[in-house]
Amino acid sequence: MDTNAIQLAVPPFTLAIASGKGGTGKTTLATALAEAAGIPVTLRDCDVEEPNAHLFVQPQWHSHTEQTRPVPLIDAERCTACGACAKLCQFNAIAIAGGQSMVFAELCHSCGGCRRICPEGAISDKEVVIGTLDCGTQRKNPAAPINFMQGKLAIGQVMAPPLIRATKNIAAPEALNILDCPPGTSCPMITAVRGSDFVILVTEPTPFGLNDLELAVKTVRQLQLPFAVVINRADIGDTRVRTYCDSNNINIALEIPWKRKIATAYSKGDSLCDAAPKLKEQLHTMLQHIMHREEMA
Amino acid sequence: MNVAFSATGSELDSDLDQRFGRAKQFIIVNTETNAASILENTQNMNAAQGAGIQAAQNVVNAGATAVVTGNCGPKAFQVLQAAGVKIYHTKQPSVEAALKALLAGELEEADSANVEAHWS
Repeated sequence: MDTNAIQLAVPPFTLAIASGKGGTGKTTLATALAEAAGIPVTLRDCDVEEPNAHLFVQPQWHSHTEQTRPVPLIDAERCTACGACAKLCQFNAIAIAGGQSMVFAELCHSCGGCRRICPEGAISDKEVVIGTLDCGTQRKNPAAPINFMQGKLAIGQVMAPPLIRATKNIAAPEALNILDCPPGTSCPMITAVRGSDFVILVTEPTPFGLNDLELAVKTVRQLQLPFAVVINRADIGDTRVRTYCDSNNINIALEIPWKRKIATAYSKGDSLCDAAPKLKEQLHTMLQHIMHREEMA
Repeated sequence: MNVAFSATGSELDSDLDQRFGRAKQFIIVNTETNAASILENTQNMNAAQGAGIQAAQNVVNAGATAVVTGNCGPKAFQVLQAAGVKIYHTKQPSVEAALKALLAGELEEADSANVEAHWS
């Protein structure tokens, strides 16, 4: 594979692994790609509501830091209940009732608008812990270590995007960035894929897989991100996903077969590359193709 | 007393909307004069979040001193309570029937929300 070593794109390349439907194999693919790359990789688990890539990477952790976000703290002494903040807030996080202001912090999106607009200067930032940022390294292949990072949302917190942004922004040496994104097509997924150089949408050839793939395709097209599809468990279901991709000029970059040995490895937290060495080569080739394509663009 | 009823239509015989935050609209009845006015709630019906809070805020701003509705969640309840607005939960089918029940003293003032907080 050395003869075939990937030329790192400059600036560093970011590849997002996303899907519409959950459970299609984003984490399986993201962790396998990190291993198959054969070059230093930074793998970031952006699925902060349920990060699980660490189960497959098994990194040696070296830091866990708390991440916070600001919410308004209103000084009742200075507040005149004028309502400017409540009127400005697009998320209904502030109400004025009975001559006083009330903050519903869980609805706040931390835009800081209320603090800026308050004519009395009565609003300051209160930092609330939303989760942790965990960093580690895996040196299974000493020549190509995996720098591993994950965001983990604290129990009871619902605002995933700020933590996803923080996970994407943890400083790392220049390397291929692989993002394991949250499922769906709402704010968390969009926050995760935004700004990537390329997106892989993982799907499965089932009616659910197709329905959610169509939503994901619309999303990445609106974000104007180049993308391709990987079909996982390719020999189950029907042909509608392939027909859809063909008729919409969508590149199917890889099909991963439905194999018992892959499922067994997955259930034990073993690597896909070890379970299916031939697939490792295919992943390497696909990665090379994707990064090369971007260089050409 | 100005009473805000969550309603699915603009007439007194309209159905009582079981939802507070995402009610179609509010009919505000002055129980002394019997005058009724409409408070639109379309914006909150379609809000991504915080519909109850904003609906409560609007009802308070409109000068209502009591709310009659099917269900009211904890955040809306908190806003209404802070403004001293009384809350009555009822299963009465129409605004008219709910008004009649209120005037007959058949509705009991709620001391807490009767449904859980929810997202969108």
